[in-house]
Amino acid sequence: MMNRINQKLHEEGKLLSIYFTAGYPKLKDTVSIIKNLERAGVDMIEIGLPFSDPLADGPTIQQSSTKALKNGMTTEVLFSQLKDIRKSVNIPLLIMGYFNPIIQYGVEEFCNKCFEMGIDGLIIPDLPVDVYHEKYQTIFKKYNLVNIFLITPQTSVERIRFIDSISNGFIYMVSSAGTTGARDSFGESQKDYFKKIAKMDLRSPQIIGFGISNKKTFQSVIQYAKGAIIGSAFVKFLNKNSIGDIKNFINSIR
Amino acid sequence: MKNFYHADKNGYYGKFGGAFVPEMLYSNVEELRLKYLKVIQEDSFQKEFNQLLKDYVGRPSPLYFAKRLSKKYQTKIYLKREDLNHTGAHKINNTIGQILMAKRLGKKRIIAETGAGQHGVATATVCALMGMQCVVFMGEIDIARQAPNVARMKMLGATVIPAISGSKTLKDATNEAIRDWINNPEDTFYIIGSVVGPHPYPDMVARFQSVISEEMKKQLKEKEGTENPNYIIACVGGGSNAAGAFYHYLDNEKVKLIAVEAAGKGINSGKSAATSLLGLDGVIHGSRTLLMQTKDGQITEPYSISAGLDYPGVGPQHAHLFKSGRADFLNATDDEAMQAGLELCKLEGIIPAIESAHALAALDKMEFKKDDIIVVNLSGRGDKDLNIYINYFNY
Repeated sequence: MMNRINQKLHEEGKLLSIYFTAGYPKLKDTVSIIKNLERAGVDMIEIGLPFSDPLADGPTIQQSSTKALKNGMTTEVLFSQLKDIRKSVNIPLLIMGYFNPIIQYGVEEFCNKCFEMGIDGLIIPDLPVDVYHEKYQTIFKKYNLVNIFLITPQTSVERIRFIDSISNGFIYMVSSAGTTGARDSFGESQKDYFKKIAKMDLRSPQIIGFGISNKKTFQSVIQYAKGAIIGSAFVKFLNKNSIGDIKNFINSIR
Repeated sequence: MKNFYHADKNGYYGKFGGAFVPEMLYSNVEELRLKYLKVIQEDSFQKEFNQLLKDYVGRPSPLYFAKRLSKKYQTKIYLKREDLNHTGAHKINNTIGQILMAKRLGKKRIIAETGAGQHGVATATVCALMGMQCVVFMGEIDIARQAPNVARMKMLGATVIPAISGSKTLKDATNEAIRDWINNPEDTFYIIGSVVGPHPYPDMVARFQSVISEEMKKQLKEKEGTENPNYIIACVGGGSNAAGAFYHYLDNEKVKLIAVEAAGKGINSGKSAATSLLGLDGVIHGSRTLLMQTKDGQITEPYSISAGLDYPGVGPQHAHLFKSGRADFLNATDDEAMQAGLELCKLEGIIPAIESAHALAALDKMEFKKDDIIVVNLSGRGDKDLNIYINYFNY
């Protein structure tokens, strides 16, 4: 069976993917956030498994992670919340988390559990490409999981080609040097980078993330890629608004 | 088997080590990995490094025969006097090496993390020496309890940025330094303070600290007619002074290596930093190693009276030395370390750093023969800890 992520990537049109931290603002918000995002027309969701030391994240996602852990979120709790998610949600779901909690759960057990729940892919920023390739690729494939790799403006052309060759979903294109977090706009150097990647004619579609926060930044990046990911701006929105208003946030982007 | 205890070409020590960094750091870490050995081996690098160690740091540091301490323990105890280095600890050996590396890589801006401030001071010192911009990340809680070192760094021209995330201590300062590096991928060099972090840091830092055991060999040959002691004892937080003191003896299994971790209020008290005993296999700050964490893989906050040992991880080489049995891992509680520190004051007229006092506390837990030669790596001096000593002993 074709993975839901790949089905979605084959569809016409640009994709909007949303990240949120599981267990934030409240422990039991996870399922209701996912359902509301699907209802609002989002194409894909990244469910953040919170970590005590999220190195690649800016202040917004750090704070949401700290709060989520305080609320009692754990790997077990998240899995129990997502147990029946495929009874009601059809769009692709990914889990984004750091490697250490996954090691503790057991990489294979973690992948198996994801498969059972109908999770389609993983994003593990601190699992290096070469380690994945040598040690874990077979496990991910066994459980029909797409592993998503990041590229940045510093990633060499040669390395992008290698990442493209072992990717089986999309490539997560980090918009500019930096941790996660909203940026106001994208300058010429970012646009040159987007254009350079677009011209490489990679086999994997690219989705741009980091710093996409509103209609303006969303519109300005999707002309260069298959879609875009919004994380910190949505986490901020959840801090101030109710889950029922998620459709307003999504409508303001598209 | 040769090189079994050193890093392999991918930076692994057995199953530990490697470079578990997000893609945003890959090009920086890779640049360093490709160049560090070549740079270190250049004649001009060696010349400048050795000259600075001699004239600026004051090396070689003496290997001092501690007569009265030896008498008490009925054996021969030498102290490797890293406490006599400029800035008061072994930390400067590493920062001199790394700033020369940064210069050769054409970097303009230096960042560092610090816990108690010793590595921050050593980094600010070499930045002043080389006229480079210096930013030190320090947990907000540590800033409050280590005011003199904060002042030192500022006097030396560094900017001290409080880490306000997570538990606001060393691990969070390290996170902030790594985030800063992600945000400044072109011009910035990260001077890590211990044998931790992604490859090649653990190996590079161990090489810069290896001057400790290099000198020990010569000094023991002179004093005892043999290069080899029976035991080398060093404290381990991240593990840089131990890595340096063990380095040239790793493949000589006749020399027993003793690593002493901080047991805090006791191993099972929930307030401890004895990572080898309490830690589980995982990833912290870009390295696969043992670290203190919950069963869900959330990194926990360690505790020790000594800020320099208060780190939830341990260098990957030490994790390997522990698992392979090459080194014996002991631990000392706050109380044992404080008593051992005071004992050195009374017997030898040396006030040790509380970190180093943990190594001294191991003497009482071991059995020696009369002719044994023991080297304790006295990694730092106790001036910085005066307040803690005063409060503890009510002076």
